[in-house]
Amino acid sequence: MQKFNTLKSIPAYLPIVNIDTDMIIPKQFLKTIKRTGLGKNLFFEMRYDDQGKEIGDFILNQNPFNNSKILIAGKNFGCGSSREHAPWALLDFGITCVISSSFADIFYSNCFKNGILPIVLEEEKIKELSEYANRKEEISVDLNENKIVYGNNEIKFDVDKFKKKCLLEGLDDIALSLKKSEKIENFEKDLKNKKPWIFND
Amino acid sequence: MPNTLYDKIWNDHLVDLQDDGTALLFVDRHLVHEVTSPQAFEGLRNSNRKVRHPNLTLAVADHNVPTTDRSKGISDKESKIQVETLEANCKEFGIKLFGMNDKRQGIVHVTGPEQGFTQPGTVIVCGDSHTATHGAFGSLAFGIGTSEVEHVLATQTLVQKKAKNFRVNVNGKLPLGVTSKDVILQIIGKIGTAGGTGCVIEYAGDLIRSLSVEQRMTICNMTIEGGARAGLIAPDEKIFKYLKDRPMSPKGEDWDKAMEYWKNLKTDEGAKFDKEINLQAEEILPMITWGTSPQDVITIDEKVPNPQNEKDEDRKNSLERSLNYMGLKPNMAAKDIKIDKVFIGSCTNGRIEDLREAAKILKDKKIAAHVHAMVVPGSGLVKEQAEQEGLDKIFVNSGFEWREPGCSMCLAMNADKLKPQERCASTSNRNFEGRQGRGGRTHLVSPGMAAAAAISGNLDDVRKYQN
Repeated sequence: MQKFNTLKSIPAYLPIVNIDTDMIIPKQFLKTIKRTGLGKNLFFEMRYDDQGKEIGDFILNQNPFNNSKILIAGKNFGCGSSREHAPWALLDFGITCVISSSFADIFYSNCFKNGILPIVLEEEKIKELSEYANRKEEISVDLNENKIVYGNNEIKFDVDKFKKKCLLEGLDDIALSLKKSEKIENFEKDLKNKKPWIFND
Repeated sequence: MPNTLYDKIWNDHLVDLQDDGTALLFVDRHLVHEVTSPQAFEGLRNSNRKVRHPNLTLAVADHNVPTTDRSKGISDKESKIQVETLEANCKEFGIKLFGMNDKRQGIVHVTGPEQGFTQPGTVIVCGDSHTATHGAFGSLAFGIGTSEVEHVLATQTLVQKKAKNFRVNVNGKLPLGVTSKDVILQIIGKIGTAGGTGCVIEYAGDLIRSLSVEQRMTICNMTIEGGARAGLIAPDEKIFKYLKDRPMSPKGEDWDKAMEYWKNLKTDEGAKFDKEINLQAEEILPMITWGTSPQDVITIDEKVPNPQNEKDEDRKNSLERSLNYMGLKPNMAAKDIKIDKVFIGSCTNGRIEDLREAAKILKDKKIAAHVHAMVVPGSGLVKEQAEQEGLDKIFVNSGFEWREPGCSMCLAMNADKLKPQERCASTSNRNFEGRQGRGGRTHLVSPGMAAAAAISGNLDDVRKYQN
């Protein structure tokens, strides 16, 4: 997994609430058996017209937002399905940080598995930051310090310590869990005694 | 200290607990389908890892499969590759798979319970957000992403943080024509699509206890639409009776031991819930969704909302956007909404009782001439059962198409989809923009309401057609 440390970019602002995973990446693109290549279809239905031409009004079709690494959006971002294609599409497009006043649980957790930092801020702060998007000014995110720096201001944000460590170091979850193999084995032995029906054999 | 059912299942599955509250949770049952698993298997191969417990894993292709004649295979090239990839992966890693032509094939959340793979007190995961369905059996069941699918395949565990406890009590009796689908739509309307974020919901109360196993599944299924990853109901005699003698249920001595354990799976008196709401069943009416979020619910007697009445600017914009997408006018009566299509099926409402409920309304009636309607049974076994009962004939005689099992038009990954601006009364779970096809307009309803809409040609009150 790609490490996340600091990030500087002009943010793109998408002021829509309840952006669901069908909006982020519609189902016709879930037929892939790869993780890559989804960026061109990110927000497909808002981004392209029926003929497949880019819709100029859509924020991510406009310069400089077509190069934004930070997306600011309305509350309850990523609701709906568990498809990890949603963070894969964001990542492939180049977005590695999403800022909203709330996220859906599964999407939130999927972000961390892919080197994307989701940041929760109060609505007021979202409005403040969105001004930077409107003015096409850069903001920077520092995960080490848990802060966003914009102009002469900064905001602190919360992130789970373990998730932060994994992002900063680009750690592989599975390798970490496999270090606990002995504990898993002990649990399984105990389970076979206590609930023999679980193992189905 | 008194514990909730969720607390108990959680504690019983802790392999490891770090100081910061990050837990490693044992997974008893893992369901796999073709859309969210190929990258996970690829990850295993790249790291030279095995599936830790193939016998705790069950796979079935459901999202991409055609619901028409299957003898020629899948015509869509990408869908075909995905389904074949699942077959190859299951073979390579020794996982049991119900192939497309196996009569046990069906939607993963219909198949699991049907086979007795779903059991009380277990942790069940699947790369699909409607995994919450299995909570109806008193299991902790939730959807995961593909990276987590890979993690479970490799370690049979999952890294998790404990969620909050949220109890939804529904008491009383439902009025005639009102179903568990209306109950869950009402709950989502009340708490909102983010109302359950960070929580596990326990459904309780005498109404919930009075529901059949399948009706409970409909409620738990849509928990995710209220923002909670998992919803569960304490198991009781109905659940035990349902599971007895299913192919993958415990047998003999194991059954007795399991029953000992299952009987104690309930929330202790006095256990603390972080959130709690109460609903009275008598007040619930047949519901429809008018907008593009499952929280956009009204009763069939109500009118579509008017954004001008909203003070909150975000809410107002969101209403306008939804109305515009849905092609509806403010203050329009629900019953004036004309429909083009009807879809009965999905992991929410594709089980035998759902089909019976719709067939009861459709018996000896014809659907409106302009309506195209289809029934997609949740599994091959549901289809077989329905045919034994003659339900297929009722559907076909009324003008419905009778299809092969799968996810179908719930998410339109196969050939079944809405055309732009087509309007559908659907028994599925999501009315998001484009969910059933680009530009398609979805109204979520119960199976009886879908049948009523098919007959009338517009959204209508199922109570009108009660025999």
